[in-house]
Amino acid sequence: MTATAITPGFARALPRHVPLRQTVSDSLVMARRALVKMRRTPEQLIDVTVQPVIFTVMFTYIFGGAIAGDVASYLPAFIPGILAQTVLTGASAAGTTLREDMDKGVFDRFASLPIARIAPLAGALLGDIVRYLIATTITFAMGFLMGWRPEGGVVGVTAAAVLVIAVAWALSWIFALVGVTAKSARGVQGISFLILFPLTFLSNAFVPVDTMPGWLQGFVDVNPVSHVITAVRDLCNAGTFGTDGWLALLGAVTVVAVFAPLTVAKYRRHAR
Amino acid sequence: MTEPRWAIEAQGLVKTFGAQRAVDRLDLQVPVGTVYGVLGPNGAGKTTTIRMLATLLPLDGGTASVFGHDVATDAHRVRQLIGVTGQYASVDETLTARENLDIFCRLHGLRGKAIRTKSDQLLESFGLSDAASKPLQNFSGGMRRRLDLAASLISRPPLIFLDEPTTGLDPRTRGQMWDTIRELVHDGSTVLLTTQYLDEADQLASRIAVIDTGRVVAEGTSDELKAQVGASSLHLTLDDAARTEEAGRIVASSVGSEVTVTPEARRLTSPLADADHVTDTLVRLREAGIRVTEMSVTKPSLDEVFLTLTGRGSSAAETPDDAEERAA
Ligand SMILES: Nc1ncnc2c1ncn2[C@@H]1O[C@H](COP(=O)(O)OP(=O)(O)OP(=O)(O)O)[C@@H](O)[C@H]1O
Ligand SMILES: [Mg+2]
Repeated sequence: MTATAITPGFARALPRHVPLRQTVSDSLVMARRALVKMRRTPEQLIDVTVQPVIFTVMFTYIFGGAIAGDVASYLPAFIPGILAQTVLTGASAAGTTLREDMDKGVFDRFASLPIARIAPLAGALLGDIVRYLIATTITFAMGFLMGWRPEGGVVGVTAAAVLVIAVAWALSWIFALVGVTAKSARGVQGISFLILFPLTFLSNAFVPVDTMPGWLQGFVDVNPVSHVITAVRDLCNAGTFGTDGWLALLGAVTVVAVFAPLTVAKYRRHAR
Repeated sequence: MTEPRWAIEAQGLVKTFGAQRAVDRLDLQVPVGTVYGVLGPNGAGKTTTIRMLATLLPLDGGTASVFGHDVATDAHRVRQLIGVTGQYASVDETLTARENLDIFCRLHGLRGKAIRTKSDQLLESFGLSDAASKPLQNFSGGMRRRLDLAASLISRPPLIFLDEPTTGLDPRTRGQMWDTIRELVHDGSTVLLTTQYLDEADQLASRIAVIDTGRVVAEGTSDELKAQVGASSLHLTLDDAARTEEAGRIVASSVGSEVTVTPEARRLTSPLADADHVTDTLVRLREAGIRVTEMSVTKPSLDEVFLTLTGRGSSAAETPDDAEERAA
């Protein structure tokens, strides 16, 4: 092999914990791995490429006439709704992907390496940001093709994209927790859908809230996704950022603060 | 401070899965700079033991340290000292060999040109240079194992765990793996190796622990173990079935121990304390005009080791018999 001798085990000065800087760089390496995997298995991207195209067109023409009278006047309210729905659907795959990955041998190696315990999880979720970016771009492009002309301009639309992606990344920790907790990848998928559907459909995404019964309006109003959608509408259509935006960000920070430590704790105890 | 002598020191290790004790008060002391063999049949607890020592599984009892660092309370330090090659390849199936090494190099803190240099060197020394850009799905079992080991050596760890590194390899690849292991120890590493083959432990390990149902049933150098297990055995097949009894007496007197005779198969089997006795036996058979069609000397098999050390067959060999008895 090589001529140089191996440094003896007793002669090494070793840090006791992973320094913060290394935690960040380990997570970025893991994100890099997620990107390489995406390139090797492009079929993983179907839910953020084909799906936004189909959903945007389908929902616009099904609901547009009924709700807003005509398609063009539905788009300003609808594109932000479908955007949130599409990106969150993308985020809900995080648990399943993580689970399938964890069941493979390579996670054993990660566990035996002197790296931050959070890195394999955080890295996978960070890599997913590329998926959200793809979904966001396609949804906006589809809207534009159908005649949507956001008043907020490039700045408003870009800010809206950043907000949606940040929130999706935060919420993906919920799905990651499901991923490390459930017994099988199939179970993860089932539970993820159960979380995803109320979050996206019991919101102001597709229909005006005042058409709903009162008890439902109560949930829709506290659903963080509703605040995200309102904030995205404000940014895209008027270029403004108000209370809903702040509430959405607060919700995102809270979710990460609660779910990231839970997920890491669960992952550490996960033994095959 | 006196330097601890042990690369691994484990006392009273316990791991329970439900009601079953997979590892049951297991003690282990692995001297620095040697190959230490852990020998045992399927389900003996080899993998579970390695996983506990490598910080992959929490201990349910006992203590273990690696170069003096406790595996339970000082896991991060332990991880900086070990390389782990598990029983099943722990590499990324969807990536190529080079992409795999790239990620692992980065996780070991290498950047820029150092990654290329390290990967090239490892691919080269494990004979994987030509296949470096192929996805692992197209790799043979042996190639995957080699890549797996290569990935464990990036940081040149002073302690390497190898869980059944040669199971499923063809004899040539197995020989290469043995050479690699010898080189590692030559360079200054300590290797803990599990195997189901006595022969492998014999070839590589300076000390061996035989484990069964989660406990060490014998420990020592391979010579010490063999002395406990007893001799090799001599097997003869004769040309003429009618003369087996007569041949049996000749063999018994020249080998100096009991002979098992199976006239139907024209076979004789006898324990062999000294290989020199084979020559005497064959000469005396020739003098008596008894023709031998086949002759072999076998070393004690794992089954015999277990039979002797535990007073029963290895659990791997026992299970089918039990099933047959019950069926009968
Ligand atoms: N995660 C687990 N859950 C339940 N039982 C387990 C688990 N891992 C191992 N066991 C049990 O513990 C015992 C020891 O298993 P282990 O894998 O350590 O054996 P081994 O010596 O490595 O065997 P082999 O030669 O087949 O690899 C076995 O009876 C096995 O069924
Ligand atoms: Mg095993």
